[in-house]
Amino acid sequence: MRWRVLFAFTAPLVMATPGLAQTDPPAMQMPWPTSPPQTEAPAETPDESEADHSQMDHGTMDHSQMGHGASADSEVGNEPAPEAPADHAAERFYSAGEMEAARAQLRREHGGAIISTVMVDLAELQFSDDETSFHWEGEGWIGGDINRFVFKTEGDANEDDVESAEVQALYSRAIGPYFDVQAGVRYDIEPRRNRAYAVLGFEGVAPYWFETTGALFVSDEGELSARFEGSYDARLTQRWILQPRVEINLSADDIPELGVGAGFTEAELGLRLRYDITRTFSPYVGVSYDTTLGDTADYARADGEDVAATRFVVGVRTWF
Amino acid sequence: MFSRRRLLHGAGALGAGLVAARAFPAWAQTHAHGLGPTLPTLSGEDIALNVARMHLNIEGRSGHAIGLNGTVPGPLIRLREGQNVRLTVNNQLDEETSIHWHGLILPFQMDGVPGVSFPGIRAGRSFTYDFPVRQYGTYWYHSHSGLQEQEGHYGPIVIDPAGADPIAYDREHVIVLSDYSFLHPHTIFARLKQEPGHFNMQREIILGALTGRDPPLSDQMEWAAMRMDPTDISDVTGSTYTFLINGHGPADNWTGLFQPGERVRLRFINAAAMTIFNVRIPGLPLTIVQADGQNVKPVAVDEFQISVAETYDVIVEPREDRAFTLVAEAVDRSGIGRATLAPRPGMSADIPPLRARPRSTMRDMGMDMSSMTMAWPGTEGAANAGGMDHGDMSMRDGANAPQVRMGSGVQSIAPMPVDRLGDRGQGLEDVEHRVLVYTDLEALEANPDTRTPSRSLELHLTGNMERFMWSFDGERFSEVVEPIPFRRDERVRVTLVNDSMMAHPIHLHGHFFELLTGSDGKRPRKHTVNVLPGGKVTFDLTADAPGDWAFHCHLLYHMHAGMFRVVTVRPLDETRS
Repeated sequence: MRWRVLFAFTAPLVMATPGLAQTDPPAMQMPWPTSPPQTEAPAETPDESEADHSQMDHGTMDHSQMGHGASADSEVGNEPAPEAPADHAAERFYSAGEMEAARAQLRREHGGAIISTVMVDLAELQFSDDETSFHWEGEGWIGGDINRFVFKTEGDANEDDVESAEVQALYSRAIGPYFDVQAGVRYDIEPRRNRAYAVLGFEGVAPYWFETTGALFVSDEGELSARFEGSYDARLTQRWILQPRVEINLSADDIPELGVGAGFTEAELGLRLRYDITRTFSPYVGVSYDTTLGDTADYARADGEDVAATRFVVGVRTWF
Repeated sequence: MFSRRRLLHGAGALGAGLVAARAFPAWAQTHAHGLGPTLPTLSGEDIALNVARMHLNIEGRSGHAIGLNGTVPGPLIRLREGQNVRLTVNNQLDEETSIHWHGLILPFQMDGVPGVSFPGIRAGRSFTYDFPVRQYGTYWYHSHSGLQEQEGHYGPIVIDPAGADPIAYDREHVIVLSDYSFLHPHTIFARLKQEPGHFNMQREIILGALTGRDPPLSDQMEWAAMRMDPTDISDVTGSTYTFLINGHGPADNWTGLFQPGERVRLRFINAAAMTIFNVRIPGLPLTIVQADGQNVKPVAVDEFQISVAETYDVIVEPREDRAFTLVAEAVDRSGIGRATLAPRPGMSADIPPLRARPRSTMRDMGMDMSSMTMAWPGTEGAANAGGMDHGDMSMRDGANAPQVRMGSGVQSIAPMPVDRLGDRGQGLEDVEHRVLVYTDLEALEANPDTRTPSRSLELHLTGNMERFMWSFDGERFSEVVEPIPFRRDERVRVTLVNDSMMAHPIHLHGHFFELLTGSDGKRPRKHTVNVLPGGKVTFDLTADAPGDWAFHCHLLYHMHAGMFRVVTVRPLDETRS
């Protein structure tokens, strides 16, 4: 039962992220993690310089088409490139220590920048027939281009109580042009206090610019669950943006104490219209349809709770 | 063979102007009479430059800037070929600074790149650059530390020839183009990393598809399928930039004076951090006489594109007693720099409206349209484009560039890059008047070295617009271990292949290279070349300057993101140790 359910949710995850599955195969990354700079290659492998030469022949064609009178590429020699020197010319004039410090700074300032951001994606009041509640979803990160620390949080609160709240702390690594893999821990503050999970997930941009996130969770009780989120920014104008979003939760386990049944447990479908006052501050209005599913819905019915609710939402998206 | 006539102007009028506009050097004052030998610029063998924070007033709004001797742009440094110069830079900032003399042929240890040519100038310290002036023409200088260039740390250099100037003119104006933002440059860089396309307020939108202003949704979806934005022409745009001419915003209307009938030499310098400009003066033909400080056979055009860090000298001959608007339109048409040429101060002419923003084409993706059988968004047949096979794989096939490290920083590999030296710049493809292209340029003087190269070298310009990662051959400088080595005095044919969908002005320090166009021995010599998206550029380089040199994309934030390399030329001279 448990593994059938697992298959049921991993299949759509993979299918829904062709970018992850097709364009960023991890295998493409593997051969090069510590490869030497290519500039060395022509010096060491004559084959390489021949390959370069044949590429240059395309250039010849172009030049002749354009009426260049330059010497043809075929006449260009194929001497190998020299070895890269090990010395630093400036150290003839300036102290080696000062130059070494300056080189370290040069590296940091040319590709080595550390950036951080905090994104409050949803911070909204949700109005339904019988109550008003507050919902938030946000994430932050700090790091370079490839390796980052990611912090995520989401939850709900009503006037009396925090109904659900979780935080995640993840290591994130770019595995292709568009996708990151993320691994770390999740910690639930509500509804079950002090419940910890191991997290393995991904985040990235799928073709057509769908923002996608998916994660598998294994709780410290051994329960397996998963979550998939997707959203899309439809640009009506430069500043009015209509955003449909979907979140689906699944569980491989029956957890009666939480009212969770195995299989699909919950889904949220949202449609929000935001206005970018600036790109970093956008009030919005929308609707959110939340429903429990399958056995989880049965638990809800048995408890006399609503299976589904449609809420009108007002909130703000902001980041810095 | 040519005479040189210069008009001298009343010093009294100029003095009054100085009092009124102290934030600008004389040549950049709101009403500039033109440069002459009597005007106060920095000349001679000993020149002092103080680098300090200041407030810059742009269109009535005050912003933070870094000035040189209290001005943005910095003072005009006017030298003469054959002289020696000692330039003492006093760093009054609370951070390190530097000055790179862009386009000057000098000993590497005077080139001014911290970490490559010298250690940099620490806060509160001074450094004296000392070198012989071996060339003439229009050049410029700027900080090579951090992102200071964006904050105003740049200025022009004019070097007069030792002998007669082959270019005749009655009056000259230096025209420094730049971009200024009230945002701190570190914030700009962070925004680019945090949100791709952050500054683009001209995206294709659904309303545009409905009204016909933008292509239909089916076309927009074709681009979305590839996660590419055809309107991503500039990373930082007029949504945050004010485009400056000699430090003046469009409303400030810097005005250069002339008398009808004069031959006026305009020395254009693109000192912008990120903005490629399309320049025109409606009503005046432009005769290009110099590129990157090197004289060229005069070419008459109506508009030219000047990429970041390039210079062009232009002769105009206004005959009418009226004002002309000088338009420097940002390549993505998100704004203009505007100035006026007029017989008297206070005049102005019509400002042409911004033209429709350009949209990337298949050629910009490195797919030669003529050789492809498929339809493409924005071309005829786009309506049936839905079924075409242009999967992401073909746009990112490492087999097309075996030397490129196919990491997260490489979004695309141009499958069929073509030589684009003869192409007009972006947005000018269909303009109905004469537009300068590189293949129009021919050197006036014979090239110093016409040997056939002994080897060839190919470098790929790579990037990922989604992550704002930029690199050569897929490797950011921060992760590159070794430099690009050259033997001293060897001649190498270098091909730059632009695998990205943005133009990159590539600059090599300490050298000029000959673009592979025109007749042998008269090829145009450049220090910076704009490589159009999906295209390639080939040049021959004589590595005649021993030392270590910077080599990079001159879009400031591309360089900051990693599109930078060190070039070595060995052996070094053995005279110093």
